[in-house]
Amino acid sequence: MKLNYLVPLLCLTTAAAYAAPETFDFKDPKNVNNAVFKLDAPLESVNGSASGISGSVTFDPQNPGATTGKIVIASESLTVPNPMQKEHLHGPNWLDVANYPEITFEAKSLASISTTGDTTTADVTGTFTLHGVAKEITAPVKFTYLKGRLGDRVPNMKGDLLVIRSTFSINREDFNIQKGKFEDKVANEIDLTLAIAGAAPTP
Amino acid sequence: MKKILNLLALSILLAAGVTWAVTGANRGWTKTSVKVETLDPVTGIEGITYQPKFLPGVDFLGAAAGLAIALAGSTLLIRNKNKTTSTNNK
Repeated sequence: MKLNYLVPLLCLTTAAAYAAPETFDFKDPKNVNNAVFKLDAPLESVNGSASGISGSVTFDPQNPGATTGKIVIASESLTVPNPMQKEHLHGPNWLDVANYPEITFEAKSLASISTTGDTTTADVTGTFTLHGVAKEITAPVKFTYLKGRLGDRVPNMKGDLLVIRSTFSINREDFNIQKGKFEDKVANEIDLTLAIAGAAPTP
Repeated sequence: MKKILNLLALSILLAAGVTWAVTGANRGWTKTSVKVETLDPVTGIEGITYQPKFLPGVDFLGAAAGLAIALAGSTLLIRNKNKTTSTNNK
C-alpha cells in the first residue's frame, strides 16, 4: 500500500527536479563569450568587440517564457584595433568608462516564443543601460540549451550549458553619447551581436 | 647635401609604400593589434581575441609622404654652393 504512494511521489519529485529552472553563470572560464559592435558611418567604419562579460540567466527549458536574467559587459573591455580610436572610445567624450564601467541588459519579459528541439527563439524585452542611460528595448534572442554538455567544455565539471545569441541595433544618441555630433565619422546606429555561453554546474 | 636629402625622402616613401603593401595594404587606420577568431566546438561561438601586430594604414602612408615632402622641400632652402661661388667671383 505504502509503495503505491511512494512510487508516484518519487516520480513527481524527480520530474519536478528535472524541470526546475536553472541559473546559468555567464562568466566564461574559456573567455570565448563576446559582444561585437559595428558602426558604419559615411566616412569611417568602426568595428570592435567586448569580452568582459558576466551576469546570470535563469532558464527553464520546459518554460522558456519565464526566463529572467541580467548580462553585464565591462565597458573597459571594449576593444578596437586602432589604439587612438580605443582611447577616444573609452574617453570622457564617448563611453566614459571611468564613470560608466558597465553596460547591462536586464531581461523583463519574453514574447513570440518558439521552441524546436533544444533551441528557443523569442523577442526579449528588457532594460538596456549604456553610458548611464537606461532604455527599454526588445531584441530577438536565440537560446540553445545544451543539457549535460558542460563537461565537454570544462573537464571534471558536470552540468548544462545555455548559449545565447542575439543581433540588434541601438542609437548612440538615445544614450546621450555625443548626440547629433560627428555622424559622418561615427554612425548613430550601432549594430550589436552577442554570442555568449553560460554554465549551470551540478554538484 | 641636396642629393642626400632627396634620396632619403625617396627611400622613406618607398619603404613606407612597400611596408604598407607587404602587410596587406590596409586601407583603414593603422592597427596595433589584429583580431583572431577561435571556434568553440561545444557552443559554436567564435571567440575573439586580439594579438599585438603592427598593420600600417593610410595614416602611416600619409605620415611617410608628409615626411618625404618635408625632406624634399627642405632642399629648396639649401643654397647651391657652386652658384654662390661663381657669383662671388664675378
